[in-house]
Amino acid sequence: MDSSSLISKTATELSGELEVGTCKAEEIAQAYLEQIDRVDGKVHAFLHRDDEDFLAQARASDERRAKGETLGALDGIPVCLKDVISVEGQPLTAASKILKDYVSPYDATVTRKLKEAGAVIGGRLNLDEFAMGSSTENSAYGPTRNPWNLECVPGGSSGGSSAAVAAREAPLTLGSDTGGSIRQPASLCGVVGMKPTYGMVSRYGLAAFASSLDQIGPFSQTVEDAALLLETISGHDPLDSTSYPSEVPSYSQILKENSQPCALGLPKEFFGEGMDDEVRAAVEKAIEFYKSKGYEIVDLSLPTTDLSVPVYYVIATAEASSNLARYDGIRYTTRSEHAENAVDVYAKSRGEGFGEEVKRRCILGAYGLSSGYYDAYYLRAQKTRTLIRQDFDRAFEKVDAILTPTSPTPAFKFGEKSEDPISMYLSDVYTISTNLAGLPGLSVPCGFTQSGLPIGLQLIGKAFGEGKLLSVAHDYDREHQFGRQAPNLED
Amino acid sequence: MSVKYETVMGLEVHVQLDTNSKMFTRVGTGFGKPPNTLTDPVVLGLPGALPVMNRDAIEKSIKVGLLLGCKIADVCKWDRKNYFYPDMPKNYQISQFDQPICEGGEVEIELPGETPAVMGEHRTVMLTRIHLEEDVGKLTHYERDSLVDYNRAGSPLLEIVSEPDLFTPDEVFAYLTSLRNSLVSAGISPCDMEKGQLRCDANVSIRPVGTTTLGTKVELKNLNTISGVKQGVEYEIRRQTKALENGEEIFQETRRWNPDEKRTTSMRSKEMAHDYRYFPDPDLMPVKIDPEWIERVEKELPEKPFDKQRRYMADMNVPYTATSALCGDRPLCEFFEQTAKLTKDPVKVANWVVNDLLRELSQAKRESEEEDGVSVEDCPVSPESLAELINLIEEGVVSNNVAKELFPEMFSAGKSARELVKEKGLEMKSDGDEIESLCAKAIEDDPDAAEKFKGGKEGAINALKGSVMKATRGQANPKIVDEILRRLLSN
Repeated sequence: MDSSSLISKTATELSGELEVGTCKAEEIAQAYLEQIDRVDGKVHAFLHRDDEDFLAQARASDERRAKGETLGALDGIPVCLKDVISVEGQPLTAASKILKDYVSPYDATVTRKLKEAGAVIGGRLNLDEFAMGSSTENSAYGPTRNPWNLECVPGGSSGGSSAAVAAREAPLTLGSDTGGSIRQPASLCGVVGMKPTYGMVSRYGLAAFASSLDQIGPFSQTVEDAALLLETISGHDPLDSTSYPSEVPSYSQILKENSQPCALGLPKEFFGEGMDDEVRAAVEKAIEFYKSKGYEIVDLSLPTTDLSVPVYYVIATAEASSNLARYDGIRYTTRSEHAENAVDVYAKSRGEGFGEEVKRRCILGAYGLSSGYYDAYYLRAQKTRTLIRQDFDRAFEKVDAILTPTSPTPAFKFGEKSEDPISMYLSDVYTISTNLAGLPGLSVPCGFTQSGLPIGLQLIGKAFGEGKLLSVAHDYDREHQFGRQAPNLED
Repeated sequence: MSVKYETVMGLEVHVQLDTNSKMFTRVGTGFGKPPNTLTDPVVLGLPGALPVMNRDAIEKSIKVGLLLGCKIADVCKWDRKNYFYPDMPKNYQISQFDQPICEGGEVEIELPGETPAVMGEHRTVMLTRIHLEEDVGKLTHYERDSLVDYNRAGSPLLEIVSEPDLFTPDEVFAYLTSLRNSLVSAGISPCDMEKGQLRCDANVSIRPVGTTTLGTKVELKNLNTISGVKQGVEYEIRRQTKALENGEEIFQETRRWNPDEKRTTSMRSKEMAHDYRYFPDPDLMPVKIDPEWIERVEKELPEKPFDKQRRYMADMNVPYTATSALCGDRPLCEFFEQTAKLTKDPVKVANWVVNDLLRELSQAKRESEEEDGVSVEDCPVSPESLAELINLIEEGVVSNNVAKELFPEMFSAGKSARELVKEKGLEMKSDGDEIESLCAKAIEDDPDAAEKFKGGKEGAINALKGSVMKATRGQANPKIVDEILRRLLSN
């Protein structure tokens, strides 16, 4: 099978090919390496590659298969990880200069689960430094470009993960989502991206941005593939106290069963001003599709929606200011060469090692936790967070999933928002409340603008209701398959 | 007329809990291991590492709370104390801010009596709270560099905070001694101050006698031994009194005790106090302590040292001096009680344990090359063996003097009393004929003494006894010698 046809396939299809023996894992790995060679100079999804290791894992998978010891559907399938997820012996930079020379001595739990499933773990994917941003413009190693339009951002912070799937540099990738960092870039790059319920996927080994909001989740061309990857990485982890002790159902199996149309809620606060017309049109078309399939469409209200961005920026930055304190130039992080005393080591290493956005958020977060301000900011934000969660609880008494656009606009140009942090923060306005409420949410491609930029549809589900959520998304995706369209990256 | 001042002090005592693993990870705890060997990603605060609570640390904290009569929290939570210092790999310490595991409680103390043989006055010192936190690493400063050892970092550490309820250096000494005895005997911690297993900061203030408001508080650090604590607060009381007498002001500050120069020096003033930006640690769930758990721990509580002392004195007639040597040491008490059960006279047993056993143990400790020396638990003389020796005296098989000489040999050779007696032929000679002939010979050899005794000089018989004992190398049963001599001399 030629390499261009291999890389256009979904993970599920590749798994089928491997099973019937029409290709080998090494050929698949080779095909992706060639594609990365071909397009990554333009896209810049990857921060680091270890081709030798990648091919060796693929060969090991082929050997297992030859002996009849295949580990499952993902055995031999490449999966690339955002550069905040630890892989033993591989660098982890978080797209920051301060971790320039750090190599992780251990595997994240998701990495271990992928290895146990036989997945072939590939290169390290670009992001906004420490996952702080919505465009990957905050990467210390240069931005990733949107494969659909190289002048546009891929979204962020998991822009490398979304762009790699869109540019067919990997069939599956993992990102992390703190306020929309999986769903927004998935939307902007025209791929499927899912943030699971908080506690569904272990955070052990994920360099933390905001601990109470972070979740690792999959990117793929189809909902079916997302289900396959999600069921592999989910489940309780004794190394993460916030991971939820529940059984993980087989999502792939759920998608094979006939789904029952259910009630979808449209929160009016998500359909107000600020939404691009073409985005609105595409989302309305998707609503029409669901109606035609027998879904009940329910208008509802999430009155606290406008509080979610300010609440998020108080909580996420507070946690970040503490989580990022460990990057101090003392141990494994890069020490400033200009430091002349102990205080200098901290101040200069962090001053030189962190980018502007990271510094902005650390300062903001430390301020919100300071004595005299804690009650007014952090405590108040936590209380408001409870109200936001209660809004969703009430909504889910009436509906099974909530449908919204993922992002108010399609991909924007480089520099368009980077000078104005507030406008950048508002690009996550539709995704942030899901994290504050701890709910699962996914973005599924629902069309393109006239100029050819992808548009994403967001579906939000009940806590630990991933099965239902995937099944609702699959009903749409199965008949539209926008994620299977590939951008033209030829000169 | 000059103003008289009184002192008010409170102590913050840190105790390392004797758990197998660290507070938030599986790595072991211990003292004296090569630097930075008791570490893992969690201890080192590597990107992505997460804490998981050690159940035993909670259980030991509950035990301490129950021992000291505290109220145990239904729910306790974990907070981050944020500050930059190289002894903390994460640059925050996981501690408890506003919901400590224990509140209230008290420590019974004994003040010095008129002489060491007289029991002093008892009173209770009130506690404010006890909270659990992780220990920090150990810094060693050199001329240019400082080195850090994270072996200690992340060990569970209990902070026991007293009310300002200590008024003299003697009370401070008594408080620490009592607290240490309770904690050691309950198996909470070995409380070796040299190993940093027990550390103490003292808050010292003075005020004019008759006033009720507290004076300005000075915190003393680096008090590394119990007598160092006493000396440190003694110095500080003198310093503050002198300052007030000279019309100077006391500043709220932290001062360091210098044991070599025997004085305190200023470390930092209140103005330089940290803002620790406490907030709940989002990586850890609060811990719910159900009443059944508390009940179970309560059942396993050991007898408190002072209760034990009162029981020994009241029920067993053991003198105060012996009980005060016994009761701080639970294994020694167990040894005593086991031995006492096997003999008729607990007072004799107490004296053997307190004098002979302790002497041999401390001798063995001095000679031992091992760090911890020989403890009573692995003492070569078992309670059965000591009881046998004491019973041999009781039965008249050996004399008290022979027994005293035998004991060190039992200790060093690990042989039983009976074995040694047999081996060395040390049974007391109670054979009437043999002793009678020796007595007759003694009278014959020293007619002078015999005459004197007959003449009413009672003491003269001792010379005769002496020569019989000498002839039998001390093995003649003194009772029988006495009987026979008197019979022969009365003829």
